[in-house]
Amino acid sequence: MLEIVFVSTINGVLFGMLLFLMASGLTVIFSMMGVLNLAHASFYMLGAFFGFEISRHIGFWPALILAPILVALIGMVVERFGLRRVHRYGHVAELLFTFGLTFVIQQVVEMVWGRLPVNYVVPPSLNFSAFTIFSTTYPAFKVFELLTAVAIFVVLLLIIRRTRIGLIVQAALTHPDMVGMLGHNVDRIFMLVFGVGVALAAVAGVIAGPALVTQSNMAGLLGPILFVVVVVGGLGSLSGAFAASLLIGLVQTFAVAFDISLADLFGPLDLDNALGDYLNDIWNVTIAQVAPILPYLLLVLVLIVRPRGLMGMRDT
Amino acid sequence: MTGTSFSLPPPTPGGATSNPVLRYGIWVLVAAGLLLLPQVFSSGLAISTMCLMGTMVIFALSYNMLLGQTGLLSFGHAVFLGLGGFLTAHAMNMGADGLFPLPLMFMPIVGGVTGLAFGILFGAVCTRRAGTAFAMITLGIAELVASSALILRHVFGGEEGISVDRTELPQPLGIVFGPQIEVYYLIAAWCFVSMLAMYAITRTPFGRMCNAVRDNPVRVSFIGYNTTTIRFIAFSLAGLFAGIAGGLTAINFELVNAAQMGAAESGTVILMAYIGGTGFFAGPIIGAVLVTYLQLMLSDITNVWQLYFGLMFIGIVMYAPNGIVGLLAAQRPLLERRCLHRMIPYYVLALVPGLGALAGLSMVIEMTTQLSVSGSEGMSMSLMHIPFEADSVVPWSIAVVLLLAGGYGFLRAAAVTRNAYDTATADRRAG
Amino acid sequence: MTSTSPIAATSTSTPAPAIALQDLEKSFGAIRIICGIDLVIPAGERHAVIGPNGAGKSTLFHLISGHYRPTAGSIRLNGEEIAGMAPEKINRRGLSRSFQITNIFPQLSVWENIRCATLWSMGYRYAFWRNVERLADAREKTERILSEINLLHRWNVPAGELAYAEQRALEIGLAIAGDASVLLLDEPMAGMSHAETERMVGLIRTVSEGRTLLMIEHDMSVIFGLADKISVLVYGELLASDTPENIKSNAAVQQAYLGTEAA
Repeated sequence: MLEIVFVSTINGVLFGMLLFLMASGLTVIFSMMGVLNLAHASFYMLGAFFGFEISRHIGFWPALILAPILVALIGMVVERFGLRRVHRYGHVAELLFTFGLTFVIQQVVEMVWGRLPVNYVVPPSLNFSAFTIFSTTYPAFKVFELLTAVAIFVVLLLIIRRTRIGLIVQAALTHPDMVGMLGHNVDRIFMLVFGVGVALAAVAGVIAGPALVTQSNMAGLLGPILFVVVVVGGLGSLSGAFAASLLIGLVQTFAVAFDISLADLFGPLDLDNALGDYLNDIWNVTIAQVAPILPYLLLVLVLIVRPRGLMGMRDT
Repeated sequence: MTGTSFSLPPPTPGGATSNPVLRYGIWVLVAAGLLLLPQVFSSGLAISTMCLMGTMVIFALSYNMLLGQTGLLSFGHAVFLGLGGFLTAHAMNMGADGLFPLPLMFMPIVGGVTGLAFGILFGAVCTRRAGTAFAMITLGIAELVASSALILRHVFGGEEGISVDRTELPQPLGIVFGPQIEVYYLIAAWCFVSMLAMYAITRTPFGRMCNAVRDNPVRVSFIGYNTTTIRFIAFSLAGLFAGIAGGLTAINFELVNAAQMGAAESGTVILMAYIGGTGFFAGPIIGAVLVTYLQLMLSDITNVWQLYFGLMFIGIVMYAPNGIVGLLAAQRPLLERRCLHRMIPYYVLALVPGLGALAGLSMVIEMTTQLSVSGSEGMSMSLMHIPFEADSVVPWSIAVVLLLAGGYGFLRAAAVTRNAYDTATADRRAG
Repeated sequence: MTSTSPIAATSTSTPAPAIALQDLEKSFGAIRIICGIDLVIPAGERHAVIGPNGAGKSTLFHLISGHYRPTAGSIRLNGEEIAGMAPEKINRRGLSRSFQITNIFPQLSVWENIRCATLWSMGYRYAFWRNVERLADAREKTERILSEINLLHRWNVPAGELAYAEQRALEIGLAIAGDASVLLLDEPMAGMSHAETERMVGLIRTVSEGRTLLMIEHDMSVIFGLADKISVLVYGELLASDTPENIKSNAAVQQAYLGTEAA
């Protein structure tokens, strides 16, 4: 039991940090530009596929640097020639633009790499077990993932606290209407923020790819959870996104670890009518099976109690 | 044109005419068209395609009650289509067992009531927020319902779904609904009634306030209306009509499964409404017909048809945010000024390089597909019946030249056309 | 809500004042924008609020109309406590307002703009079963208001395409269409030419007939001709509230407001 708790905690924190790597970029982009980038998870997927392709040719370490840079460039092009144009048609058009982008990116990935999972594996230099706890050996690559995510988190924190651009981002987080008054270089700042934001998602893709399955549906699987994170945390709140990332990371990994149903706890349900069949579905489902819907249940519950999310201050 | 007329006819914004003959005449024409279509397109494939289109028209129109009328961007509208379909399927199966004696032709009511009930339930959660948060909550609820469907196997039938036999229901008028043509007329009738109802709703105090909420929600609360209530009613009514579409889908396919309420279906309805044009009542109708047709047609001729869809959608979002009907409506001032003929050369001028760029783009897409995915089948392929090798230099050069030159030419011509359009419409304003 | 405060108590003998503010406060974080305002405006009065930029005039309007929730204090509308109520609830109780920055429905036609603003007060609420074109009373009223604000000839134009002065007139039209007894106008003349301002003064004079008017205005010459009483707001505090003549001769006001303007 203690073993499950310990391993699940590390895994949960790891998943949470990966989520936050993406949610942080998403939140900063939203705060500054007012648009929630629905294609954020698609850039994460691009990161994974670029990581796979580059590590195949010149190795994992160059991929860790090059893939995010490539994705950042693509992101900046998308911002410069797409989003900026659509901006004049309003928020709905901007959202729809990024929504259309998810379609296109997924289709391009399928066109180039196919629909089946690609063989993106843990690099040999990290393919050993870091430590053994109770009877579980914990892979070094996961420790590396966690360290990378934490390192980026710390660097981001320093940038936001200590640099000029960080000050601007902070100002945007607290006073979104003031962003327009930043002056003539606001366009360049937007482009940069969008590029850095999607690059963070790409880093998550590069390091999560080998541990998870690198496949063309990975954006579709992760995207909705990512948006749950930012809404539960409170749109535009960086600390809220952090709390929600960890919360959802932990909830999901713990749920998966518990293979218990109501029937296991209270014994089988003895109902011999049609209604019994329906109730049995609920009675026999294990917590592990419910894991995929927990983030969404959490979303609904949080919104009923706190419509603005855990730490949200803004209405939209 | 109407500026000096002080004996006010009821103004009908959105360009609709106030002439009663035209206003009712259009509906008579629509009804006649629906009746006569199977005479024109009488093949089996055509009739099942039109059945699908009919349900999609209702679905897309119900979606536009949110997006176009009220300014609400939902990413989970297929939930109501799916739930309406499932409950209708269960009701039909009960009907076949004699437990629920509702004739088949009224079965979509079950779907509608289901859609309304879940619209009220989910609307209570979603509509407390607007804008981006609303969009994300609908996404979350859609995922919640879709994932729950795989757990509650007895309700949703697991992976296979729930199948029904529409011919086993009571047949009060002796209509068996076996042949597809009978189903077509059932769908056409429901489609007509739903279209009429949804159009009528746009012309009510509530419908107008929806438009006001879309335009400026803050101001709405200062003229006495609660914006949340307006969103909530709009959401519930949209659920009602989506549920009717779901019920018709169940009758049409005799099968409902969880995929029908998934993210892909919710995405398709956004495409339909937006490509057609959300600012016009007819927009989603055109969009639903066109997208359904393209889905069937493109999936026959290319493996990556969804990529074309995505690109078309992005193109419309970027360059024609009012959709196809918006482009057509933009010709109205030209017609009124009797100078459409002056614009046509410009349109042709823009169209030619545009088509060139499109050809180049689709060559790049198809050759890339051949190189990567279908690579195991060799490099020989053909486009427009012209055979070539996907890994040779010549076709790639042609494609790139077409794409770049056509794209550049199109952008230039578009700018010129835009200017000409502005001049043509400005002329008359001055004169 | 019943209250034991003196203002409510007087309502039994004389009619309650249209608006009564008591110790009204609003802070954003640590910054106090409105620092304890007491003000009573009797029904039928034309009352102007003046003050330098950043004095909190618009914030005061946002508080009274329900756009902002007060940090502390009480707001009574015709004797009833409305502090912290949602804007639509305050509107339904007979208070309506215009905005400093034009706040209309840009895609709707001029006609629809005004008709939407009449619907609630005519009792049509959320009706989705009645044909809006057949509502004769709403139609007549819309027509009347449009001719009052002199926009009848533009009825079919999308509001977003109107000229600036026309949009300002429409803004007033939206405020009066609901038959509110108390009207709040936030700088109705802002950004207008001299001739346009004169027309607007005439319009405000007509529409405020039989209503209580509370307006913010910068142009002193306009106010002295229009208002029965003037309140001077400086840094969130009420410096004075008196007749135009007395305000003109008030030393504190001259120093704080008129003085700065002259300089």
